[in-house]
This record gives sequence, C-alpha cells and structure tokens, in this order.
Amino acid sequence: MTAYASQTGERRRAEPRKLRFSRGGRDTTGRMLGVATGCVLAFMYAPIVTLMIFSFNTNQITKLPLTGWTLDWYEMAFSNSELMAALGNSLIVAAAAVVICLTIGIPTAFAMDRYEFPGKVVFRRLVLLPITLPGLITGISMLNFFSIVGVPLSLWTVVVGHGTALTAIVVTNVYARLQRFDRRIEEASSDLGARPWQTFLRVTLPNIRNAVIGSSLIAFTLSFDEIPVTFFLTGRDNTLPMYIWSTIRRGMTPEINAIGSVIIGTSIVLLLLSIFIMSEPGRGRRKAL
Amino acid sequence: MNHLQRRQLGFAALMSGPIVWWGLVLLVPYAIMFMISFYSRQFPFHVPDFQFGNYWKIIVEDQYYMVLMRSLKISLFVSLAAFALAYPLTYYLAFKVRSHRVRMIIYVATIIPLWVSYLLRAYTWKTILGTEGILNSFLMWTGIINEPISLFLYNQFAMVITMAYIFTPYMVMPLFASLEKIPRNLIEASKDLGIGRLGTFWRITLPLSVPGILAGFTFTFCLSFGDFISPQLVGGPYSNMISNVVATQFGIAMNWPMGSALSMVVLFIVVAIITMSDRFERAGRLDLG
Repeated sequence: MTAYASQTGERRRAEPRKLRFSRGGRDTTGRMLGVATGCVLAFMYAPIVTLMIFSFNTNQITKLPLTGWTLDWYEMAFSNSELMAALGNSLIVAAAAVVICLTIGIPTAFAMDRYEFPGKVVFRRLVLLPITLPGLITGISMLNFFSIVGVPLSLWTVVVGHGTALTAIVVTNVYARLQRFDRRIEEASSDLGARPWQTFLRVTLPNIRNAVIGSSLIAFTLSFDEIPVTFFLTGRDNTLPMYIWSTIRRGMTPEINAIGSVIIGTSIVLLLLSIFIMSEPGRGRRKAL
Repeated sequence: MNHLQRRQLGFAALMSGPIVWWGLVLLVPYAIMFMISFYSRQFPFHVPDFQFGNYWKIIVEDQYYMVLMRSLKISLFVSLAAFALAYPLTYYLAFKVRSHRVRMIIYVATIIPLWVSYLLRAYTWKTILGTEGILNSFLMWTGIINEPISLFLYNQFAMVITMAYIFTPYMVMPLFASLEKIPRNLIEASKDLGIGRLGTFWRITLPLSVPGILAGFTFTFCLSFGDFISPQLVGGPYSNMISNVVATQFGIAMNWPMGSALSMVVLFIVVAIITMSDRFERAGRLDLG
C-alpha cells in the first residue's frame, strides 16, 4: 500500500514515450481492453455507490426497488449513543496511534537512511513485518504478550497494537523521501553556520514534511478502519469498526449504511488530500500539467 | 569528542527509542507466541509445557488440516480472480492510454477503494448477495426469477468474489509498475521484426511483467490467507478459513496454545511465500536499464 505513494512521483518521468502502434487506425484490442477496464472500475465502485444510495432509501431492508428518499437513517445513526461513543473511541485510538507511528517511525527512517549498522537488513525486514503479515498475527502475538505481562486489555492496548502495525507506513514513506533528499543542502546549511538542530528544523524537516503529513493521514485512515488487531486487543470499549462488525453479524440495518457512507466519504477526502500533499507541488505537479 | 564518537552518539540517540519499542512490541510478542504454541491446554486456561502436540494435531486432525488446505485453495482462487481483473486494466493503462493525466486518474481510481473501509466493502457484498439482498430483489423485481436464490451468499463463491473485490488493488499496483517499466522500443523492435501482436505479447510483454505478476499474487494470496473477517461475513458453514479457526481458539474455544501453534503455521507459510517470491523475482530480474 505504501509502494503506491512513492510511485506516483516516479511515474511521471516515464511519460514522454509515445506508442507507435496505438496511434491512428482502428485498434480493436485497445477498445476491448477499454471496455474491460470500464467493467472493472464499475465492479470496484458499484458496491460502494450502492451502499450510499441505500443509506438514503426509506425501506428498512436493503433491497430493490427503491422506495423513497430520506435522511432518517443519518439522524438515527447520529443519535445512537453507543455508535457515537464508538466513533469517539476510534478517533482517539487513531490519533494516538499516529503519534506512536511518528515518534517511532521518523527516527527509524533517519537511522536507516543515514547509518550503517550491523543487522540493518534484518532490522529492516523486521520493521516491515507487521504490514506484510496478516493483522491477525500481530493481534495474537500481542494478545499473548499482554496477557503474560499482565496488562489488562483496553483501548490503550489497541493503540499499541495499531502503532505496531502501522509504523512501517511512516517508515517507508519518510525513508523514500530521505533517499531522494539532496544532503548537500544540509552541508550548505552547516557551512553557513547553522547549528545541527537549526539545520534539522529549517532545512531537513521542511523537506520531509509532506511525506510525514501524507503518511500520517494514511496511518490515521487505516487505524480508524482496523479490525484484525483490534479484535484481539480491545477490552470493554468498542471502536467504530468493531461496533459495526458486531451489528452487521446480527443483521443489516440502514443505520449502518448511513454511518458507512459518512466513513467512506471522509476517508476518500482524506486520501485525496494525502495524495495531493505527497505529490509535492513544486516538483512533479508542474511537469504533469 | 571526535567525529566518529559524535556519529555514534547521534545513532544511539536516534535509535534507542525505536530499538526498545520494536523489541518490546515485535520480537518479544513473537517469541512469546512461539513459546505458548508448545504449552498444553488445561481447563480453563493453559500450563507451561514443551510438547509438539499442537503442531501434530494440525497435521493429523481433519478440522485443522482440511481447513488449511481449503484456505490455500480459496486464496489461490482469489489471486487468480484478482489477476484476471487486474491484467487487462493495467495493460490498457500502460500501453493504450496515451494521455498521462487520464492514466494517472484511472490508476488512482482503482487504488482508492483500498482506503475505503475494508469492513464496509465486505459488508456491501453481504447486502448485494443475500436472499433479501439487492441482486435477488433486482432479479425478482424484473421478473427473471420468482423465488429468491439462496445460492449467492454463504458459500465459497461469495467469499472468492468478496475477497477478490477487496484485494484487486493490491494486484493492480505491482502489475502496473512492472508493465510501465517495459521499454517501449523492445515492443517496437519485436513488431519491426515481423512478430504479430499476440506473439509480441507472449514473448515480450508477458515474460517481462512476471515480476509484477509474482508480487501481485504474493500480496493477494497472503492477504486473503490471513483474512478472517470476510469469510465470517459472507462465507457459510463450510467456508471456515484457517484464520477463522485461529480466531476461534482465542474466543469461545479458549485454546491459546493451539491458536498460537496455528498462528505460527500461518506466519511460516506467509513468510515462506514472501521469501520465495522475493528469490524468484531477484533471480529472474532482467536489467533493462
């Protein structure tokens, strides 16, 4: 998932080559592929759009035909105190998880970029493990850990779990940015008499800022939506996905469609925002336009 | 303080936090999980022990072995379905779309669903495929069928569709990256040498996209192998995946040693697949400048 973020920047460079064989004339294969692409996109979006449409439908059951428009389900969702408490919990957990991701992820990225140390390859693999392995493994290993150490499960154990699972996102994004960062700028800064911390604050930090903000947004969104780790690590309190999960296993309610549409809308906005931020206006954007 | 010392101090300052953190939340929990997998069960909890009974059971008892085989089979089907969806799309994007902007927009559009709540995307398929769902009510409404068909939901078919839907973006990303990397002049050269489109595809494009295919299969396979949410939502009684069995051991079955042993098996399989695909990719990688 993080590979994507660093790719958008790179892709632009490969642009100028044009394909000779697809220019002019009739290209039946191209058309068929175009139709196939359209179908896949429709397949990707139809369920999401369906969910949103039914969140406005009056019928209690999610079925066709549509019976009429209403905002009742939204009203119901937002006046459901249990659901709202879960929403609050999720926001707290996601924010706290992002704090962990940043405090651990940024130094890790710097160390990997700037120092050679024994076991670096192993360390790198280890750090990336939680996003490569199924969330289930992270959840269970930490559940075992907390139970042996004697830490009672709560929202805070969930925060630690999310922090562990998602820090790799910050590490990979910041590391990718640091690799492209011209170190001579830092040297220039220190030649001009800046103290190391001044150089860091005024030269290095502004340069990695976009990667930091972008990966924080992604980590936030993923934590907000997380189930496999939360499933094992939560105590009495529910996060929003856990609440939805327990509700939809019993049956489907239009209320879930409503809160679901809100979540989907918000995460798409956050995602577009992070893409926009990470695409570094000064460099790539101008070329693309 | 000389330069080397200063560097070492900087490294220590940078890494002491992350090393303690990674050790505490990654290494120690994995070690504990490994340890508990040798414990024996004793009602109501478990006692320290060193025996291989849990692992032995996974091989000889059908309830574990069959489920393991089924999980491998389903994950393979999911990967194949995702591949069938993703290849035409990425091929179209890489070779047929001439405008860079359009290409980027379609690419981002296929990736966006990744950030839309995983749970809600699985849930929409439940609302679509159910007996009172959208597909059935649509078919009845239009008069194609008179009775709702219960064959859509709660079986392995529903599971494959749902997971393919969820994980296709993970196939799209590496495929697109590898297809875009193929030098266009190789394809033109092949055409100049009089090899037809199909021949060029078989002999040039497909072989050169193998790294992407491999990476895509690894992602989708491992993700569906570790998923326990979708199977529980849309899979029926005979669609238990290994991850569901693991989750049960920590829930109602209350057999943590067994659950830990199963987790170790899942962990081993996933790491083995990742390592293997890494090796293959490295061995088969062609330097195309």
